Amino acid sequence: MNMIGEEMQPGLSKGAIRIEDVVKIYDPDGAAVMAVDHCSIDIPAGEICMIVGPSGCGKTTLLNAIAGFHGVTSGHIYLDNELLCSPEKPQAEPGSDRIVVFQNGALFPWKTNIDNIAFGPLMAGKLGKKEIYEKARSMMADAGLSGTENSYPGEVSSGLRRRVEIVRALMNDPKVLLFDEPYRALDSLTKSVMHEALLDIYYKNKVTIFFITHDLEEAIFLGHRLIIMTSRPCKPKKIVDVDIPHPRDYSVLTSPRFREIMNEAKGVVNEEAKKAFDAGEREG
Amino acid sequence: MSQADVTGLGLTMFRISSWLKSPKPYLMVTGFMLLLATWYFTVEVWKLPRFQDMPGITEVFSEWFSKDPYYGLSIYTPEYYKHILISLRRIAYAFCLATVLGVPLGLFLGWSKTIRDFIFPLFEVFRPIPVLAWVPLAIIMFSGSETPVIFLTFLASFFATTLNTMLGVESIDESYSRAAYCLGASRWQTFKHVVVPGAMPYIFTGLQISIGVAWFSLVAGEMVSGQYGLGYLINTAYMMIEYPKIIIGMITLGVIGYSTSALVRLAGDYMMQWRVRELALGDN
Repeated sequence: MNMIGEEMQPGLSKGAIRIEDVVKIYDPDGAAVMAVDHCSIDIPAGEICMIVGPSGCGKTTLLNAIAGFHGVTSGHIYLDNELLCSPEKPQAEPGSDRIVVFQNGALFPWKTNIDNIAFGPLMAGKLGKKEIYEKARSMMADAGLSGTENSYPGEVSSGLRRRVEIVRALMNDPKVLLFDEPYRALDSLTKSVMHEALLDIYYKNKVTIFFITHDLEEAIFLGHRLIIMTSRPCKPKKIVDVDIPHPRDYSVLTSPRFREIMNEAKGVVNEEAKKAFDAGEREG
Repeated sequence: MSQADVTGLGLTMFRISSWLKSPKPYLMVTGFMLLLATWYFTVEVWKLPRFQDMPGITEVFSEWFSKDPYYGLSIYTPEYYKHILISLRRIAYAFCLATVLGVPLGLFLGWSKTIRDFIFPLFEVFRPIPVLAWVPLAIIMFSGSETPVIFLTFLASFFATTLNTMLGVESIDESYSRAAYCLGASRWQTFKHVVVPGAMPYIFTGLQISIGVAWFSLVAGEMVSGQYGLGYLINTAYMMIEYPKIIIGMITLGVIGYSTSALVRLAGDYMMQWRVRELALGDN
């Protein structure tokens, strides 16, 4: 795989997500709560698409619908023109073409790092055990995880854990990685290391990234595009293209263009955060 | 020290050596000495009212370790070991049966809502009935003197194991099973690789409780039914006014009960290396 200096990964044909007019209404105790309101987003294959919005705005609802953890009330979601869910088939089947990297991390603490990474292919049963572990070992080496194969997730730093989790996802050749604010619990130094590591992994693997965050700096540094969401019910409010070429490194953060985009996005984000705050949404 | 190289045994040794360096063992010895001294002074030196009929510490220990015991029971008489072995055998039967039935039942209760709605209400009604209330029914239902005792012992263990296992399944963070589905695991694979190991810490807490209540119900059972066993020994010694034998039986129960508990804990540590290592890391 070659490094690409341009906007997107050219020639990537799998992993396009189309969200069409999706509505999600929760009805837990008779009082219908609208979490997602007629939301349409088109994500081309290979894009890093950052979904930015205040906490509790319904971004995760959208992610869960794509992953197949719960259904949609109306609207359609397609992956590469194949229907994932619609009103007729409200809940998508979870599968290894769309893998979630969870907010608090979901490595199995009872499996060693390498067993975690080998989990997906072992369950699929298509490859031999030896082959799977060889692949796992080499992918771990690529991600700088050599030496931690036989440690348990609880024994390594949280930064390493996140990396193991991403490698666990990539082992399955997913089309899309869905990130649910995976770095929110990390300190800012670890976070910046993780961002560069994630980009590094992205340059080596052809995937589409759907990344939820409320950290604007993170969003601009990583993303091709920011989709700034309104506070609950959530739908796109403004789309910001980040025209800073990839591959990026941390020098980008101090570039004038970065500041400009930051300024452009910040006003919109703050407005929504304030609305969410006024509406009594907790900042969790 | 690389954590990955630490085996279960090495970790146990490390724990023991750091335990010896802490004040804990010396406080523990002091605690025992205080108890024994209180016993000695209240019964044999001060002869406090209500204490004068109690067997004294010197009497009990000289009887216990006598080659020619006055009441016919010491560490040199085969009868002593017969009582211990028979009690242990009943515990083994009851505890194993409770584990073999309770753990799978608890797993399914926690895993399937249908099974839970079906069985759990029954469970909730039976659980608060004290073991002693079952004594007459146990004697009517089961023939011989052995099975009623084993049944009573089993009963309390079974409820503790099942309930804790069920709680264990409920305690598992939803992201783990979601992650497993994402990685392509089937429902059954998720049960095997997520639910069972995820519930393991609670299962072993349940087994700790289970072995404790097993001894409790065993002694109750042996006092009303059956021949031989430590509960039987204590009860008959009371009837025959052989008071030192009561104390010998009680201390033996304490020591053996503690040992079986420790064995269960050891088995838990062995089966949950990941947890032992995490906790060990937390201590440092």
